[in-house]
Amino acid sequence: MENKTPKDYSHIKGWGIDADPKNDPTYPMKHRTDAEQEGYSWERPPQQDIDIEVLHSNERPNVSAVFGTSAPPSGLSGMIRRFAFKHSENSYLHWLPLLMADRVNVVEGVIDDFAKGTVPNIFAEKGWKADWEHNRSGLIQKVGILALVTTAAVVLLTRKKD
Amino acid sequence: MLAMNYRGPQRVRIDEKPEPKILHPQDAIVRVTRSCICGSDLHLYNGNVPDTRVGMTFGHEFIGEVTEIGADVQKLKVGDMVIVPFNIACGKCHFCKQGLFGNCHESNSQATAVGGIFGYSHTAGGYDGGQAEYVRVPYADVGPTVIPEGMDPDDAVLLTDVVPTGYQAAEMGGIQKGDTVVIFGAGPIGIMAARCSWLFGAGRVIVIDKVEYRLEFVRNYANCEAYNYEEMDDPVVFVKKTTDWMGADVVIDAVGAEATGNLMQTITGRKLLLQAGSATAAHWAVNSVKKGGIVSIVGIYGPTDNLFPLGNVVNKGLTIRANQASVKRLLPRLIDHVQNGILNPKALITHRVPLEDVADAYHIFSEKLDNCIKPVLIPPSAR
Repeated sequence: MENKTPKDYSHIKGWGIDADPKNDPTYPMKHRTDAEQEGYSWERPPQQDIDIEVLHSNERPNVSAVFGTSAPPSGLSGMIRRFAFKHSENSYLHWLPLLMADRVNVVEGVIDDFAKGTVPNIFAEKGWKADWEHNRSGLIQKVGILALVTTAAVVLLTRKKD
Repeated sequence: MLAMNYRGPQRVRIDEKPEPKILHPQDAIVRVTRSCICGSDLHLYNGNVPDTRVGMTFGHEFIGEVTEIGADVQKLKVGDMVIVPFNIACGKCHFCKQGLFGNCHESNSQATAVGGIFGYSHTAGGYDGGQAEYVRVPYADVGPTVIPEGMDPDDAVLLTDVVPTGYQAAEMGGIQKGDTVVIFGAGPIGIMAARCSWLFGAGRVIVIDKVEYRLEFVRNYANCEAYNYEEMDDPVVFVKKTTDWMGADVVIDAVGAEATGNLMQTITGRKLLLQAGSATAAHWAVNSVKKGGIVSIVGIYGPTDNLFPLGNVVNKGLTIRANQASVKRLLPRLIDHVQNGILNPKALITHRVPLEDVADAYHIFSEKLDNCIKPVLIPPSAR
């Protein structure tokens, strides 16, 4: 939509009389240039080659000049992420599917480990060695509760129906 | 190379990963010599930040040696030891030109609300971070700053985030001489915000948390008052009472999404993820600042919604200031403060841990074991 705000405010008595950059609540965090009023007009840095799939927010027209290549979308979690990026950052349909994709991705990660012949050492990954050194009673309590819950679950699941 | 590898909520490990490559003419590759675990990394670690993908390497607080530079890099050379700000900034967009280096528009495709950040999920750009032996650093001529000769690397690594964020928290408070400043959170950022509040002329600095050893630390480190909210009926009433029933002039939220202290916030924000983290500290900040006062928020929250007393913001006529720290803008002044002995960041470091033990370091920091305030990971080549 065309911006119809007039550029000449001389007909408005007192317009801008109290304008003071130092009264900007963002001062001194922001050195006003007002250049953003000219829109997306700066000379962009060169574009990094887009040779992987990069999802980008639909609140911007393009992929940023540089981007991370840490973990391109893949598998079922990737499909969910692609769905999420059809919706804006303003929508739950963006963020909630992303959280769901993150959880699906955890399962994919375990499957991927097994596929590569690696059995993930969950206890080491959770830092339980540190618990043993610095929080031994807490660790024993945690293991005890885990054993109790597991035993109860096994008993419940294997109980013969009368 | 060795690198931290995220496998899921509260599961990380060290793995062999390919070394990073130059992908853009303004990139550099840095051999990491120190990298910290930040309190905000715990939001990732706990699975609270959307689009945190399995296989990512975290770490946005690191320093190291430049080992390779892209064709367009002019200000750095191979062999330089550099402080790398946590935010990735192009230096050319309108926001960078305004000094808002934490809000760059050319470093994050995946969200417009936040600029690129090293090792901080795909919501912050999908960059691998510095909890590794090597890291790719985009826009190498903009962010990285050569470490002054003689500066202790433990001081330098805290200039990447902790010191600038704590300083900017105080700066955003618009502190006037004699003001009473209340800080919720005695983690590294809260501690630094307390110390820096004095630099702006605060008349009284009060830190509120529940972790006794951290309260003890900040009391000594920042020469401030420090109180345990678990010993109060209500922290807001406590602040009102101690300010002659007026409220503090400035309140800083240095906690963010992992806050405890309010059961409903904890259940809905941390356990069920029905809101973008627990907004307890922000809630207390709004209610304990005086009418017309300023609330400065540097605690990190997720991108969705929070339960927050907006009506009180309006009715009390509050100003809320918040941002990711603009590290690049603040570095020259903060380097001076460290070199002149005004700030002593390295005193915050309690744990120096081999990179290989990253899982234990996360667990110790997350569970506040062994009186941990700030853990630093040290790769094999820097030991």
